[in-house]
Amino acid sequence: MAGIDFTVSAGECFGFLGPNGAGKTSTMRMIYCASPRSAGELRVLGHDPDREPRAIKQELGVVMQDDLLDEALNVEENLLLFGIYHGLSRQAARARAGESLTYFGLADRARSRPRELSGGMRRRVEIARALLAEPKILILDEPTTGLDPQFRHDLWQRFLDLRERGITILITTHYMDEAERLCDRLVIMDRGHIVATGTPAGLIAETVPAGAVEVRAQAAERARIAEQLASTFGQPEEYSDRLVFYTEDGDRILSALRTGGYAIRSELVRRTTLEDVFLRKTGRELAP
Amino acid sequence: MTGSASGSALDRARLTWRGAARVWFRNLTIYRHTFRLNIVPNFFEPVFYLLSMGVGLGAYVAGVADSYLAWVAPGLFAASAMNGATFEVTYNVFVKIVFDRSYDAMLSTPLSVEEIAAGELAWAVTRAGIYGVAFLIVMALFGLCHSAWVLLAVPAALLIGLLFAGIGLTFTALNKQIDLYSYYFTLFLTPLFLFSEIFFPLERMPETFRVLAFFTPLYHAVRLCRFLFLGTEPRAALVSAVLIAVAALVICAVAIRLLRRRLVI
Repeated sequence: MAGIDFTVSAGECFGFLGPNGAGKTSTMRMIYCASPRSAGELRVLGHDPDREPRAIKQELGVVMQDDLLDEALNVEENLLLFGIYHGLSRQAARARAGESLTYFGLADRARSRPRELSGGMRRRVEIARALLAEPKILILDEPTTGLDPQFRHDLWQRFLDLRERGITILITTHYMDEAERLCDRLVIMDRGHIVATGTPAGLIAETVPAGAVEVRAQAAERARIAEQLASTFGQPEEYSDRLVFYTEDGDRILSALRTGGYAIRSELVRRTTLEDVFLRKTGRELAP
Repeated sequence: MTGSASGSALDRARLTWRGAARVWFRNLTIYRHTFRLNIVPNFFEPVFYLLSMGVGLGAYVAGVADSYLAWVAPGLFAASAMNGATFEVTYNVFVKIVFDRSYDAMLSTPLSVEEIAAGELAWAVTRAGIYGVAFLIVMALFGLCHSAWVLLAVPAALLIGLLFAGIGLTFTALNKQIDLYSYYFTLFLTPLFLFSEIFFPLERMPETFRVLAFFTPLYHAVRLCRFLFLGTEPRAALVSAVLIAVAALVICAVAIRLLRRRLVI
């Protein structure tokens, strides 16, 4: 980690977007007081994690990247114990666990062991557990990695619902669609640095034009296209198997490609996304 | 760093009884699922030991007391408390650190490492107490309890449990490989079990054994328990009780510190 600087306001959903190894999880660990920071200032809800970890952790709900449900306990006990760890009475924790299981559609699985549940359900239990003591801040470290699309969309809806209720959300992700969909503001991280900060729309607008044209072709042909069209449409970015021209005038590129008689596998006119911002800022692709 | 400057004040804030009780309560919650199964061996083990060592072997032994069974039973009681505490803070805690990573999740809540360590120690003491009570009941059935004073063996089991919980947790906090527990059990606990005057007095052993035994924990646990059941050597037993208490507090403090080093990376 080297000189990262950000401020999150209460009630917003703040994202950390970047590839694996960018330093997102390390940043989260410092926030939830699991790792000491080597240097610099950090305040969470006005507290210093080195001096007052308990005051901070009292107000946090953390969902870690790895599935860390307590296999020795059933689903309801997993929730109950987290309430007790946060200082709730057994009665209050049991009541909250009941509400929370209902909200997450898990009421009929209260007595199940975590290992008996699907990956998507386990994730919901983890989120329910993190929310049990009604935290001010919910920390989600890669919350939808490895889940199928249906579960991802279901979780996104719940995160947006939670934000509506005023919970501040910190989320790390390497999915640009997730960041775009959920985050009010985000930082883009790469190799321990923050390379960009802003709103999803703002970052796109200030970094790339609104439109892009992707052209898939063989390497030699890509080189020929890039060379011959660069003067008119600007230098395209090179992904592993395609070229991307950043322009709002997709139709002109398409007709130039057609009249040039190039051997093209496919072409696509699309809106630009945070993926393009990442590529522009780092010269590398976000998704592997 | 800010940590060391305000060391002791910070430490005190790090360990609260409530936090430790919450960690202890997690173990109790799990034990409630399994205790019906778990409690059964706790009764059979003393039965087997008392039958084989006390009654079986005892028939061939003369010279230590009126009855070898009555002489060997308090020593086995002490060893039982040792075993009850040991398992919780060795394999069980190791699995929670390395495989289940239970503590990672717990540390994201207001709990501290110190409270986790103290809660686990308290739970190991609880298990030592459960072993002790079971052993005591079996001893009563064998007709080995002659006065209400033997009930003092229960707090003794808790004290012995605390000492071995601290020793075991210290080993676990330093141990990176689960296979090394076979060294802990074979090279540490087994010789303690065999040479702590549970089965025979050390009088006729070479001087070295007697000197070494004095510096090992189970020897004192046996001396204490033998006094509580048979009334032998009261002053030596008192010395042993004090030594166990002091050693337990010191080693538990060490274990708590080492667990912080192990868990906070």
